[in-house]
Amino acid sequence: MNLHEYQARELLARAGIPVAPGIVAATPADARRAMERLGVPKAVVKAQVHAGGRGKAGGVKLAESPEQVERVASQILGMKIKGLTVTKVLVVPAAEIASEAYAGVIVDRVSRSPVLMVSPAGGIDIEEVAATTPEKIFRATVDARYGLLPHQAMALGFRLYGDLALVRQAADILQKLYLAFVDAGASLAEINPLVVTPGGEVVALDAKIVVDDNELERRPAIAALRDVALEDPAEVQARDANLTYIKLDGNVGCCVNGAGLAMATMDLVKYYGGEPANFLDIGGSSNPDKVVTALKIITSDPKVKAILFNIFGGITRCDDVANGIVAATRQFKVDRPIVIRLTGTNEKEAVKILEGVGMRALTDMDAAVEQAVKVARGGAAA
Amino acid sequence: MSIFVDQGTRLVVQGITGRDGSFHARQMLAYGTPVVAGVTPGKGGQRFEDKVPIFNTVAEAAAATGANASVIYVPARFAVDAIFEAADAGILLVVCISEGVPVLDMTRVMPYLAQRSARLVGPNCPGIITPGVAKVGIIPGQICAPGAVGVVSRSGTLTYEVVYQLTRAGLGQTTCVGIGGDPIIGTTFIDCLAAFEADPATRAVVMIGEIGGTDEQKAAEFVTAHMKKPVVGFIAGQTAPPGRRMGHAGAIISGSSGTAAEKIAAFERAGIAVMKRPADVVPLVQSRL
Repeated sequence: MNLHEYQARELLARAGIPVAPGIVAATPADARRAMERLGVPKAVVKAQVHAGGRGKAGGVKLAESPEQVERVASQILGMKIKGLTVTKVLVVPAAEIASEAYAGVIVDRVSRSPVLMVSPAGGIDIEEVAATTPEKIFRATVDARYGLLPHQAMALGFRLYGDLALVRQAADILQKLYLAFVDAGASLAEINPLVVTPGGEVVALDAKIVVDDNELERRPAIAALRDVALEDPAEVQARDANLTYIKLDGNVGCCVNGAGLAMATMDLVKYYGGEPANFLDIGGSSNPDKVVTALKIITSDPKVKAILFNIFGGITRCDDVANGIVAATRQFKVDRPIVIRLTGTNEKEAVKILEGVGMRALTDMDAAVEQAVKVARGGAAA
Repeated sequence: MSIFVDQGTRLVVQGITGRDGSFHARQMLAYGTPVVAGVTPGKGGQRFEDKVPIFNTVAEAAAATGANASVIYVPARFAVDAIFEAADAGILLVVCISEGVPVLDMTRVMPYLAQRSARLVGPNCPGIITPGVAKVGIIPGQICAPGAVGVVSRSGTLTYEVVYQLTRAGLGQTTCVGIGGDPIIGTTFIDCLAAFEADPATRAVVMIGEIGGTDEQKAAEFVTAHMKKPVVGFIAGQTAPPGRRMGHAGAIISGSSGTAAEKIAAFERAGIAVMKRPADVVPLVQSRL
């Protein structure tokens, strides 16, 4: 789960990290008052959306008076960035910056540990720095049982600054950043840029935190930060029903059990010349209600021309899925052709249930996918 | 022969009285797996299905029954402690089926296990089956058959699909290992490839990967450097969009890394025969045996 910039800044400030001031606003008038409260001559208005390239999309703008902030905010609020509507902006003072650095923590899959990373080349896309000038990124691998050790933090501080006072400030910030990362249950926490003010203070200007979804159950305060308004409603509906749904652009709606098989099914749709409309994993222990919700979500996409079920029964019982399909057709009009493949646990019972309502099931994955692609193109109905 | 699970496996089921644990304990018993003990705190002294003794702790179970392998079905919030408990009890193979374990917890588990003798498989995995001998986990027994193909996979049902196609074509398996789809897992592709290379009964290996991370690329380097046996590979997620978690916590393309194309290229460089679709597994394995 991605946190908003303003939420991430708040978590870092609470951890004791000096964060440049900033006020979040939901209306242009609030944005004007925010600048007045900040009492600065120049402010930057930043769209709060979970999308990279905000600046390029016109979601970050400089303003030199409260009136201009109001005007700029009214342009940004309501605009769409990568399909997401902006409902909040963050107003921050336009900073005078002596230098820009980067500091971040990630969970590194290779070392199976949290890794602290700093770079004196901050401010811009750190992935690009990693790709083009990897020698400008410095790392410390953390033993998660002990946390970031003070000497590790100091060593990274010396990579950023030559002045001991700044090194100590940076080391202190890194320690607190690591603690904030652990407290939030994050898989990524970064400060970019980390700046030195003309007064010689090291301050976080922008922050990003991505929370591990598996942490949300035990961290209700973090889970409450989720901004449902900014998510695809179908994806929210799916999550509430314990399904994983990701919308794509094609016309073959897919309903599969298991993430790996769901991806392989999408790939096979492409292999046979079609385009998958979505990723949808109904998960392990199936119940018919989940299947009903899945069908509602898939049919809510007007692009879908055919619906493909690919079920390999293990924990998931084929008869549960069949009952779900039948229940859905009774609850609402499923006005798109359905191609069903199922095999494994309780396959025979499932076939009987489907035949009872005049539906047919295939046992072969390739045959089913090929047929679904053909049907979506306007070929013979299933 | 086989890897990780064989005739000597003596299994303790952690969470044997839970909804998932009890269902799969019955399935494992029906398959002929030597389930020697179960653990549910507070139910020590009882018996599961009138035969398997239940203990309050893994240490008691191991001391009383000589259990040397464990399988974990407890809810995610208890799973990490269950792994620690099994390792502390001297269990050598710990298979964690539970899904939803926070990745930061796994960063604490791995260095702990490195100082003990336990091998962890998972979390968030379907487990291991050595067809005809024993199954530890949830892989359906009836889709497998004994034979000479080793299978290792990050996925669950996709593994079943591939194994099912192998079995229908008369290509049995030595062992099938589902290593799990999380970003940090106990046993990697390389661990399994090395074990299959050393197993005299395995004549070919099928490796099923997916988008996200660099494990498949590293496995491909291992194949080039250390394997004589033929390897057939598949990567799921060629149509997956970047930046989205495709169900599995580990299946995410970050920036431009972890893509299917990158992994397939690494496979091809290593001489791994790449399946374009699951059904390709049969001709590709057949022609290499």
